[in-house]
Amino acid sequence: MELTANKFKANASKALVDAQLQKALGNVEKGFIGKRQKAADALPEFDALRDNARDIKNHTLAHLDLYLEEYERKVTAAGGHVHWAQTAEDARRIVLDICRKANARTVTKGKSMITEEIALNDHLEANGIEPVETDLGEYIIQLRGEHPSHIIAPAVHLNKEQVEGDFRRVHTHLASERDLSEPVSLLSEAREVLRQRYFAADVGITGANFLIAETGSSVIVTNEGNGDLTQTLGKVHVVVASIEKIVPTLEDTSQILRVLARSATGQDMSVYTTFSTGPKREEDPDGPDEYHVVLLDNGRSAMLGTEYQDMLRCIRCGACMNHCPVYHAVGGHAYGSVYPGPMGAVLTPSLNGIDETGQLPNASTFCGRCEAVCPMRIPLPKMMRHWREREFERNLTPAVARYGLKAWAFFAKRPKLYRFAASLGMPLLSLFGGTSRRFHALPLAGGWTRYRDLPAPEGRTFQQAWAQREALKQEAGH
Amino acid sequence: MTSSETKSVRQPRVGLFATCLVDLFRPSVGFASVKLLQDAGCEVHVPVAQTCCGQPAYNTGDRADTREIAEQVIEAFEEFDFIVAPSGSCASMLRKHYPCLFEGDTAWEERAKAFSAKCHELISFLTDVMMVRDTGAALNARITYHDSCSGLRELNISEQPRKLLGNVSGLEIKEMTDSHVCCGFGGTFCVKYSEISNAIVTKKVGNIDASGADMLLAGDLGCLMNMAGKLKRQGSDVEVRHVAEVLAGMTSQAPIAGSGK
Repeated sequence: MELTANKFKANASKALVDAQLQKALGNVEKGFIGKRQKAADALPEFDALRDNARDIKNHTLAHLDLYLEEYERKVTAAGGHVHWAQTAEDARRIVLDICRKANARTVTKGKSMITEEIALNDHLEANGIEPVETDLGEYIIQLRGEHPSHIIAPAVHLNKEQVEGDFRRVHTHLASERDLSEPVSLLSEAREVLRQRYFAADVGITGANFLIAETGSSVIVTNEGNGDLTQTLGKVHVVVASIEKIVPTLEDTSQILRVLARSATGQDMSVYTTFSTGPKREEDPDGPDEYHVVLLDNGRSAMLGTEYQDMLRCIRCGACMNHCPVYHAVGGHAYGSVYPGPMGAVLTPSLNGIDETGQLPNASTFCGRCEAVCPMRIPLPKMMRHWREREFERNLTPAVARYGLKAWAFFAKRPKLYRFAASLGMPLLSLFGGTSRRFHALPLAGGWTRYRDLPAPEGRTFQQAWAQREALKQEAGH
Repeated sequence: MTSSETKSVRQPRVGLFATCLVDLFRPSVGFASVKLLQDAGCEVHVPVAQTCCGQPAYNTGDRADTREIAEQVIEAFEEFDFIVAPSGSCASMLRKHYPCLFEGDTAWEERAKAFSAKCHELISFLTDVMMVRDTGAALNARITYHDSCSGLRELNISEQPRKLLGNVSGLEIKEMTDSHVCCGFGGTFCVKYSEISNAIVTKKVGNIDASGADMLLAGDLGCLMNMAGKLKRQGSDVEVRHVAEVLAGMTSQAPIAGSGK
């Protein structure tokens, strides 16, 4: 997708007046937050599990090279192929080659943010191969020519009425009396259509929630079972995953699984958790003839050893955006990048550079709710602040903010001068506030007064009043 | 306690970090803080060499200026037994973030850590350090309390103000929906992203109105001015005050917003 992260403000303005979007966004707050809380409350060891999950990933990242090599050995031993992709372009080329060798005309796809990151669908289409998204949300936005607005609920920006309209527009076989007013009827309609596509597909492409070094397995979690059909019915299964998906052992995987679904949807476990190791063996009743893993770096190894390394612990549960007041207000598309919300505000500058994405780490109130719910305890606000520091060092911070800050800092670093200026300014400002004790508009404060009044100051500063009180006390004492 | 024991227990010396917003906009909160601290048995000092904790610079990515301001604050306050601020956000800056500014500079880092360990937000200092249970205040009001983000999530301040408010005679607490959700202030965020800030505070003000309370309290003046500004713009009567004003029984000063009902 086209990166429009630095148009965040304009994107947000549109989102704030989009009535359909605002209605749909209400569901994010209502749906995810309470369910996660309930799941967390029901598990006394939830916070200890979060610590454990964090430690597992920290250990893995400290030895990432070793575990990746071990993983490659195990995949190869199971009869699979590992392809290393330094860039998005490399990954696209590798996947296209595999599809071409399989003479593929259509490929089915399980839900995968990595294939969004490398814009795989566009590339396949441009080369005459039709990608078919099989996750219901992904299927809907593919019909609409849109991108996911949320990393686990790609169509969360839509209302069911909009989806009904899309189905009637594209599924021309539908009888007009067919009821599509409820999500369940929409789901069964999508299932009917997709069923044929699974059997027709030559290649199935999925992402991975985990890659296990111990066994060479890839793991996907889904609620619709679409991923399983995608990866077992095609002749070829291609897993596209980024390098930080690696975990050392099966035991580690099950540890992190215990916090993943609880943080994401509030489920104890997702409906389907599927482990794939190599292609179909002789004794297997089904499975693909070929099993490929495309391991994508795309900027991640450059994050190792930096202040952004902790971001590589992310397991893409979406809890940070589910709890973000900014995401609630504007939705995922406003971020103008593949990854929205707080995790995107940290990851996107790492992947795409801060010059093109500087708006994202600034668009946060630092309320800290994202960090508070992150199952991997990623210090998201701290890392957003680090991005602001990188911007400030390079003078990318907007000039008005920079000069304003410098002027303020000049006074803040000179307490005597500050006190003097404040003792003149505040009583005057108070006077201007008049009997209503507020400002409806004030020069240089338009950002504030456009939407709210500015309460007028009381008059003298606290320092002034305090000094006066102490002086009076001293006089009385003498 | 015998009189000799009383003498041997020195009053804790507290440096009041008034915060820039209280200093400039609402000195009453400073005086209320002084009263609460003195009533709790503290000897209160207000060092003149204080301006701001440095958050505007810190959150804009200007680490050099932040560090200079932090050094100034540490130098002015480190002589005290405790440093107390009537703001969760500023107290968290002093307590949680200052040491990070000096990473790699061993001498300053140690000094900052020793300083930070003595820093507290006012209300939690009263309840958790000075063991105050009842401030002796009385007020006939139905209040709702907004949990400001930094205090709540960085300093775990949630029960403390409610406990003290629960002992204010005549006062009834009406909890609003999502009291722990951000009000949209966010320091410079509210002017940099004013439209989004407005959407967030509009939601917040809706919850305040729906709570049925006639007074809104919180522990951070930034959030209070944001919510008060929106309430006023919408013509609401809800009175807005810093929690310290109510706990100190000092509500004669006109509120930040609202005339009361």
